[in-house]
Amino acid sequence: MDTGYGPRSMDTLILVGTAKGLFSLRSSDGRSGFDLSGPSIPGEEVYSTCIDTRGGTTRLFTGSVSNHWGPVLRRSDDQGATWTEHQEAALSFPPEREASLARIWQLTPGPADEPEVVYAGVEPAALFRTDDGGRTFSLVDGLWDHPHRPQWQPGGGGLCLHTVLVHPDDPNRLLVAISAAGVYLSDDGGGTWRAGNVGITVPFLPDAPSPEFGQCVHKVARDAQDHERFYLQHHGGIYRSDDGGGSWTPMTSIAGMDFGFPVVAHPTRPGTAYLLPLHSDEFRCTPDGHCVVWRTSDGGASWEPLTSGLPQESAHITVLRDGFTTDGQDPAGLYFGTRSGELYGSVDDGDHWRILTDHLPPILSVRASAVG
Amino acid sequence: MHVRVRVPTPLRELVGGARTVEIAVAPPPAGDGTVTVAAVLDAIATEHPALERRVRDEQGRTRVHVNLFVGADNVRDRGGLTTPIGPGEELSIIPAISGG
Repeated sequence: MDTGYGPRSMDTLILVGTAKGLFSLRSSDGRSGFDLSGPSIPGEEVYSTCIDTRGGTTRLFTGSVSNHWGPVLRRSDDQGATWTEHQEAALSFPPEREASLARIWQLTPGPADEPEVVYAGVEPAALFRTDDGGRTFSLVDGLWDHPHRPQWQPGGGGLCLHTVLVHPDDPNRLLVAISAAGVYLSDDGGGTWRAGNVGITVPFLPDAPSPEFGQCVHKVARDAQDHERFYLQHHGGIYRSDDGGGSWTPMTSIAGMDFGFPVVAHPTRPGTAYLLPLHSDEFRCTPDGHCVVWRTSDGGASWEPLTSGLPQESAHITVLRDGFTTDGQDPAGLYFGTRSGELYGSVDDGDHWRILTDHLPPILSVRASAVG
Repeated sequence: MHVRVRVPTPLRELVGGARTVEIAVAPPPAGDGTVTVAAVLDAIATEHPALERRVRDEQGRTRVHVNLFVGADNVRDRGGLTTPIGPGEELSIIPAISGG
């Protein structure tokens, strides 16, 4: 009998941003069953979502764009039952910057003890920060004014700032990644930035195997325990940094498959990360019709294929950079959404997978978390 | 001068569900007193900022897939945002036929 006393069990919430709106899945039975709801924000492309559980409450954010009406940042304080948009644009370029917001690619909670701080990575490539829980965002001028910026070139998805990582022990240390400019690092809360691409080679530029910037970094993830270690999926290659992004070394190749979009670190286990390689930048689908998640447990020295429950015949699947995520629990829940509208999930660190829902619109972003 | 603005269905939630809104537009302090489409949008930005930014971006450019009509005329075929709008004329915000 539930007396109403004692610790309240946590639900697991998955937000699925699609090309036609936001869907959510919720489990109240320990991640055994998930109930689908949506779409919210129908018709808009939801490139970014955020589940922010700091400060004892759950706040959700979405960054979406309408083909007609432009980009919108929304917030929900009731776990997605309703979404609100501030009358005054929360997120926009100051007029003097002569830029217009195209898409919101990333929404990242700030430091654990500053629950009102959230970062937004956008297109054209820029970083914004809010100090009031998303009511107003300010452009991080130090990055926008970086002398490299006029030379940044857009990747296939646009000139997007798609990754924001805040150091868990020092909130002044930030890592961002931009396609196709590469990694940039700040040690002073965003005031000044330096490129952090040493060792990342670029086969798509002539006579410049490892330029200071210009890399097409697709995604970066931080190790669960070693906060100076990162895993990186490049346009052509997979890398690891053990010095906070100062330099990068290639990880052991996964059978020559060096292309892909997402990389996910295990939320608690050191040295453990996941990749979902695709066949070449020409084809961009899972190789040979096999859908395989690869896991390393030794920092990228070796890789283990995870196939249980994943389709292994005629599965020509594409997973985008923010289409793969973890729910932060232990054992880790892992979830990835495909451009063909399927959402796969594992609740045992990736050992076994199952399809959680299908027939959704093309999936652009997935985020998950335990929520109260 | 007041201008009636027709609001398309997807944007009506931004103006309390109304099909049209009446916008008070002050004539420009200088010149011949002509009220332009830009001036109407500036006034919308004051009263209904979320509606205005669906129509124009931060640089004041009309979004690519949004059409503005004064009466039956698409302003792209006239003077763009400098198109004058006279007493009794309506401004219609209409999504272009596009998308996928």
